[in-house]
Amino acid sequence: MNISAVYRREMRSYFSTPLAYVFIVIFLMIAGIFTFYLGGFLPRAQADLEPFFTWHPWLYLFLAPALGMRLWAEERKTGTFELLMTLPVSITDAVLGKFLAAWSMMGMSLALTFPIWITVNVLGNPDNGVILAGYLGSLLMSGAYLAVSACVSSTTRNQVIAFIVSVVLCFTFLLLGFPLILDLFRPWLPGAAVNFMASLGFLQHFESIVRGVVDLRDVLYFITFIGLWLYAGAWAVDHHRS
Amino acid sequence: MTASRIEAVNLRKSFGPIVAVDDVSFSVRTGEVLGFLGPNGAGKTTTMRMLTGYLRPAEGNISICGINMLTDPVKAKSRIGYLPEGAPLYPELTPATLLSFTGAARGLGGKDLQVRMDETAQQVHLKEVWHQPIETLSKGYKRRLGLAQAILHDPEVLILDEPTDGLDPNQKAEVRQLVRQMARSKAIIISTHILEEVHSVCTRAVILAGGRIVADGTPGELESMASDHNAVTILVPSKGASEFAGRLEKLPSVRAVKMAPEGEDRRVIQVFPSGGSLILTQVTDLIREGSIGVLELKLEPGRLEEVFRNLTLPPEHIDYGGRT
Repeated sequence: MNISAVYRREMRSYFSTPLAYVFIVIFLMIAGIFTFYLGGFLPRAQADLEPFFTWHPWLYLFLAPALGMRLWAEERKTGTFELLMTLPVSITDAVLGKFLAAWSMMGMSLALTFPIWITVNVLGNPDNGVILAGYLGSLLMSGAYLAVSACVSSTTRNQVIAFIVSVVLCFTFLLLGFPLILDLFRPWLPGAAVNFMASLGFLQHFESIVRGVVDLRDVLYFITFIGLWLYAGAWAVDHHRS
Repeated sequence: MTASRIEAVNLRKSFGPIVAVDDVSFSVRTGEVLGFLGPNGAGKTTTMRMLTGYLRPAEGNISICGINMLTDPVKAKSRIGYLPEGAPLYPELTPATLLSFTGAARGLGGKDLQVRMDETAQQVHLKEVWHQPIETLSKGYKRRLGLAQAILHDPEVLILDEPTDGLDPNQKAEVRQLVRQMARSKAIIISTHILEEVHSVCTRAVILAGGRIVADGTPGELESMASDHNAVTILVPSKGASEFAGRLEKLPSVRAVKMAPEGEDRRVIQVFPSGGSLILTQVTDLIREGSIGVLELKLEPGRLEEVFRNLTLPPEHIDYGGRT
């Protein structure tokens, strides 16, 4: 019940400022540019959305911290943090309500990319199951980026710091999946350790879901990742109170 | 029947090396309005933040309506209405959406919430800005909205940090009136810099200095601690004033006599009793002897301002007796 009060307050704040509209428009623009120019969606002439999803880790790298940076830092700056913390709302409820609101914004933006799904269905005969898996993987990964950003936001009252630190942290989790980075560690770490490192990053899990293989372990990875960062965020919120 | 609604026991809180609140204890019952007085940095806000569950005390205990704030914070918070210092509010919301948020967070919903929102809006006169973004509101409206969110759920305990700060005199009077009305059914704490407010609203006041309670009593009790409590002020013509003052000085329970010019040809004489005793009759007896014509005669109740200064300033600044 209190989660929903916090959630609705956040959503109201998004939509009573230009934030929601600007965010959605920019999201769709960048997603489009990535897909058509960098991904070569049309010249590729294949009926799938791989060029669309491939760029999502990069799309979220900046957009998720931009959305998450204000979650707590803004409340602490304007002093409403005190108002929120003296309402009969548990910290867990506040953390979840805020996170879910930001994640809904991401979900909404992602859902509004549906014209590309229509396009690919008009132009060809894609495997819609794979596309659905792609959307699921993308949504889960955006949650992971947001959980990191929300946690960082709860440690500062400065949104710029929250943004920069979040980008760096998310970038680290993104890089962990790249062969180039993993190769750096290979000469002096046992293979199992390198594989473990790769499994901590977003990319491996995201790519396997986008390929249409919805492995429960990949889904669990994202859910656990989100849970741990939210837990750390709740701890930071509680800690910062006293 | 009148069990205390707010109970603070040995509260202590420090920020780094600075001790903000040092062993503060008090309790407030239904029907009481406790005033928190003290200079800036005395620990008023920190104490209120601990009472409302925002800050965790380093030591001590807080109970709100019998519920322990430290072990059961959500339940204890639901009994409190709180106006934080500066009335922080979400600038992008409107009074209507802000109140529906705090109402929902406090478990109000549907028709109940609507009714309470209407009543509260009327009580603090918010209807005319009901759908305006908070960031466009004047300071007075913001403060009233802060008050509205504190009383929306008709709490048993009300904690208001400088509720009249930034209001014009009419609005100040309205807020005081509102607090007095609500006092019957609630336990209230308000902090203020305005000493007259203590008289018009509070049934009891504590003075904080350096994180400690240095005085606790009814406004009248606090005033009796002033050095000019029961002092007699007399306005006389200049002619013969010094001689008259000399005779006043010789009265048995008079501690000191001060004389100051008032205009061209008048003098103000202040007669301070020793130990706060009543010297008015002795003074009037002396006046009746008829050596001088008295233009004005006044018995001082004692100025809270002076008590406040004496208790909260370091010793070297204290001005004993006389006007401040």
